[in-house]
Amino acid sequence: MTAHPILDVRGLHKRFGDHHVLKGIDFTVEPGERVAIIGGSGSGKSTFLRCLNFMEVLSEGEIRLDGTRIGLERKGTVTYPEKQLCQVRERLGMVFQQFNLFPHMSVLDNVMEGLVTVKGLPKPEARRIAEAELAKVGLTDKHSAWPGRLSGGQQQRVAIARALSMQPEILLFDEPTSSLDPELVGEVLRVIKQLAEEKRTMLLVTHELGFAYHFATKVIFLADGVFHEVGTPDEVLKTPSKPRTQDFLRRFGEFAF
Amino acid sequence: MNYVPDFSIVTDNWIVLLRGLLVTIEIWIPSILIGLAGGFLLAQARLARSGWLRGVSLVYVELFRDTPVLIQLIWFFYAFPILVGLQLSPYAAALLALVLNTSAYASEIFRGGIRSIHRGQMEGALAIGMSRAQAMRRVILPQVVKRMLPAFTNRTIEVAKMSSLASVISVHELMYQGRLLSSTYYRPFEILTAVAFIYFVLIYPGTFLAGRLEKHLARSN
Ligand SMILES: Nc1ncnc2c1ncn2[C@@H]1O[C@H](COP(=O)(O)OP(=O)(O)OP(=O)(O)O)[C@@H](O)[C@H]1O
Ligand SMILES: [Mg+2]
Repeated sequence: MTAHPILDVRGLHKRFGDHHVLKGIDFTVEPGERVAIIGGSGSGKSTFLRCLNFMEVLSEGEIRLDGTRIGLERKGTVTYPEKQLCQVRERLGMVFQQFNLFPHMSVLDNVMEGLVTVKGLPKPEARRIAEAELAKVGLTDKHSAWPGRLSGGQQQRVAIARALSMQPEILLFDEPTSSLDPELVGEVLRVIKQLAEEKRTMLLVTHELGFAYHFATKVIFLADGVFHEVGTPDEVLKTPSKPRTQDFLRRFGEFAF
Repeated sequence: MNYVPDFSIVTDNWIVLLRGLLVTIEIWIPSILIGLAGGFLLAQARLARSGWLRGVSLVYVELFRDTPVLIQLIWFFYAFPILVGLQLSPYAAALLALVLNTSAYASEIFRGGIRSIHRGQMEGALAIGMSRAQAMRRVILPQVVKRMLPAFTNRTIEVAKMSSLASVISVHELMYQGRLLSSTYYRPFEILTAVAFIYFVLIYPGTFLAGRLEKHLARSN
């Protein structure tokens, strides 16, 4: 018996006007899986992640979360009631390249915000959870700081704590280290690695191929709007079978030492 | 100069000026409060997906921004009643005109403010499960208000000053009372100086407090 997928994507298409970015993606995620998504710039990696939590509306296809279809289909047209999307987004935490912290709130308030406003928890309880999440990402001493005063690495760790505070079933990371100075990348990757050790279900879009290799249970190479090659880290990153993947990895490794 | 100012004319009639001041405040504060709410709704319409809503909001704003306030006041007192078959009191006409006018300006301030808040802020809020309304209230608006405070302060001051125009349709506000007194006693110097001073005393504390508030809000920068 196989565990039933927590996330099930079928026939996903996304168009921006005439620009057909995702061209029919079928994809499942089992609980505890960690998926790394790689691919060229503009290949649609972000768009794919953003479709999963409905930051973008699908042009075609369907998404099931824990077996339940998202959206209401009536006479061939699908609508997405806001209430349902809010619930979905609560269950899928997202971490952005640009952190997107709320600059007018302290670090602690950033992490408490979803607990209070979305989950409706009383403040003391929200505070307790937020403090625990901040401790987990190593920011116990920054509760009252303004986000704008923190380094990029610290800001991204707050953003991770904010996502974790909602106890999401799946975490989506969209290039979480791409806007960081090189010396700050490690502190964020260490937090993500720790989440991997806790067997959390995660999807990670990244250009850090070395990290992807150690982190992922499955690697996807996205090209031309489809999952061009899918496999274990060894299969995709060490012995890719498709020329296109080999080419991508070669260009990536060009200046490695 | 051999003119000897005699301000007893002002102190003797302070009750008349006070009554005028109260009416000024009764025009000013509701115009600002209702105008801000109206402006927020107009800005939402202007940023809506529906082209129809955007169009209506745009036309409205331009009509009020591109015509003199004086004609708007007079129009709502003399012309509007003909259109709807309902006579308005001078006060109601003035309030209506100033509310609509303030809405138009406030909508531009809100629109600029909302657009200047990075799209990532809305997404960050949605991503933790907030509804659009919650995101607006908890994340976007506080930042808009902070960023737009100088513009809102300006508008508030403008409206206080604009309210004096309501004297032309015989609203018994401060300017009206001042003009009445000065033509009754032929003492324009004392009375108009006093009226100007009262406007200053009315408006300045607001400017001062807004400055303090701005500093307070800027602490997270
Ligand atoms: N809101 C949008 N409107 C129009 N086109 C868009 C929009 N968002 C993305 N695109 C286009 O879709 C394509 C895929 O974009 P996407 O951001 O998903 O790429 P990506 O793989 O994440 O790239 P990168 O590595 O640079 O982040 C790009 O050509 C982009 O220009
Ligand atoms: Mg991207």
